[in-house]
Amino acid sequence: MSTTIETATAEAPPPPVKRSSRGPWRLVWDQLWAKGSARFGLVTVALLILLAVLAEPLSELGGWTPEEFDKRAVDPYLGGQPIGDFGGIGTRHWLGVEPATGRDLFARVLHGGQVSLLIAFTATAVVVVTGTLVGIAAGYFGGRTDTVLSRLMDLTMSFPSLIFMISMMSVAKDVNRILLITLVIGLFTWPGIARVVRGQTLSLKHREYVEAAKVGGARPWRILTREILPNVSGPVIAYTTLLVPGMIATEAALSYLGVGVRPPTASWGQMIAESISFYETDPTYFLIPTAFLFLAVLAFTLLGDALRDILDPRGGRS
Amino acid sequence: MILYLGRRLLGALGILLAICAITFTIFYLLPADPAVAACGKTCSPERVAEVKAAMGLDQPVWEQFATYVTGIFAGRDYGSGAGATHCGFPCLGYSYEYSLPVWGLLTDRLPVSVSLAVGASVLWLVLGLGAGVTSALRKGGAVDRTLMVFSVGAASLPVYFTSIMLIWGVVRTAGLLPYPSYHAFTDGPVAWASNLLLPWIALALLYAAMYARQSRNSMIEAMAEPYIRTARAKGLPPRTVTVKHGLRSGMTPILTIFGMDLGGLLAGAVITESIFGLPGVGRLFYDALVRSDQPVILGVTLLAATFIVAANLLVDVLYAYVDPRVRY
Repeated sequence: MSTTIETATAEAPPPPVKRSSRGPWRLVWDQLWAKGSARFGLVTVALLILLAVLAEPLSELGGWTPEEFDKRAVDPYLGGQPIGDFGGIGTRHWLGVEPATGRDLFARVLHGGQVSLLIAFTATAVVVVTGTLVGIAAGYFGGRTDTVLSRLMDLTMSFPSLIFMISMMSVAKDVNRILLITLVIGLFTWPGIARVVRGQTLSLKHREYVEAAKVGGARPWRILTREILPNVSGPVIAYTTLLVPGMIATEAALSYLGVGVRPPTASWGQMIAESISFYETDPTYFLIPTAFLFLAVLAFTLLGDALRDILDPRGGRS
Repeated sequence: MILYLGRRLLGALGILLAICAITFTIFYLLPADPAVAACGKTCSPERVAEVKAAMGLDQPVWEQFATYVTGIFAGRDYGSGAGATHCGFPCLGYSYEYSLPVWGLLTDRLPVSVSLAVGASVLWLVLGLGAGVTSALRKGGAVDRTLMVFSVGAASLPVYFTSIMLIWGVVRTAGLLPYPSYHAFTDGPVAWASNLLLPWIALALLYAAMYARQSRNSMIEAMAEPYIRTARAKGLPPRTVTVKHGLRSGMTPILTIFGMDLGGLLAGAVITESIFGLPGVGRLFYDALVRSDQPVILGVTLLAATFIVAANLLVDVLYAYVDPRVRY
């Protein structure tokens, strides 16, 4: 990441006055911050990540671990309904408790967020790395490489992805569900970004500076990493941010259908799945993970939209 | 055009075969022994071997695959002697769970999924494109902002939340509609539509939001093209400029996405169908998963892939009519 920024900065035209020097990324940041919806997205994303990272100490502060039962918080005579209004929200349990078990929702939703965001980020990383590599290779080398890789993209895109993900997750042995879900989501999502990168690379590879590097004796690897990659990084970053909400939603959908993360591990989708039968008797239990899921998807979408407008005003979306 | 179509059809067939092979390998190699599952827990090893032979599972994988693929086109016979059953074209095998041909199960459930998908898609096209185009034409205004805030919010809501809220609000609290149960269109269009209305809305809301955002972007891009300026400059009325020149090229990217989405939904919306209890292909798929009924899983996957490939093909052909720049 840091190399990308350095290269991109190095390639910007030298600013006239040294003191007011602003790299292109600084400009992006300024434009982002100037936009209300983007600012909301940025702050929410930062907050959610912070909550997920600090899940452990924060739940300790709340006094409960995510798997700890609290039988005193639920009413055994009312079918395990939480005692108190709004699902038992109070000083003892900040976001209330789960019916029947009395597990602390604050601790669970934070730990669930950890799992959900971890899967979303790693899956996105897998997709971006694979997609960029394939796209750059297809666009730059052309010919047979391009044909084979493009066919592969077509093939992957013709898969009924959700149905396929569900069935792969359901037949797989219980090894590491989190790793598995990441790979399965990644397997079907890479062609989108590969297409974008391929298109960009095609338009870049005949630019003068690429020709100049070639004449200067640079090897393909150097041209790809030093000339092409920094210039496709804008659309890639915008597209990456827009991928994250889809990943969060997909993980939630898989866990909701019972083929994703398995209990006792919590994720937002898995919590929603468990809470859905209580939506009438204990709406708080249903609304809390849903609200977190909604906020996360919304915030990443807003941020991605703004980034796309700034970094890739036209094109890139084919 | 004919040559192009022929080439594309061959390509589509190749893709389907590849998908079939990959699906087959994954689902026949990974999971537990289907013969044991089909036979039950108290089965003797000899009986399992018999069942295996009857199901053709004692053959090597590639041979099973070849039998499966030829079975699709030519039909195949199960078992031998008096107990033999013939499974005609297109034979997708027998369900382990129901002991019925998979094709029959799929065709039984298909009308439900198609009703759901087609109804929802009409709704989301009208809502989504309407909102998107309106926004694009009033870019930056209050209408645009309101619509976009709504659509980004709606696109972030998971479909199970919308569904539950609709059931809670419309069915449980207000009692306006009955809890959805499927009625065939031929039995009465009113019952058909009123029962499917909630699932349509739930599904369409999500897609409409995405389409509004997409169509707004592509419409804005289209309206910035030089030929729009030319059309305006030569004095065409604004309506003609928007509809004939803007809309036509602005909607072509939407066509591609629509093909993919509708193709994917025709073979069942797993979550929506299971929440509303609609007996569609998605529900069949979900039940098959729970019982590891592999022929059904494979059948649904193939059906879904066929729909997607066919939709893509159709869209590419339609492009020639919608976009005058496309020639084959």
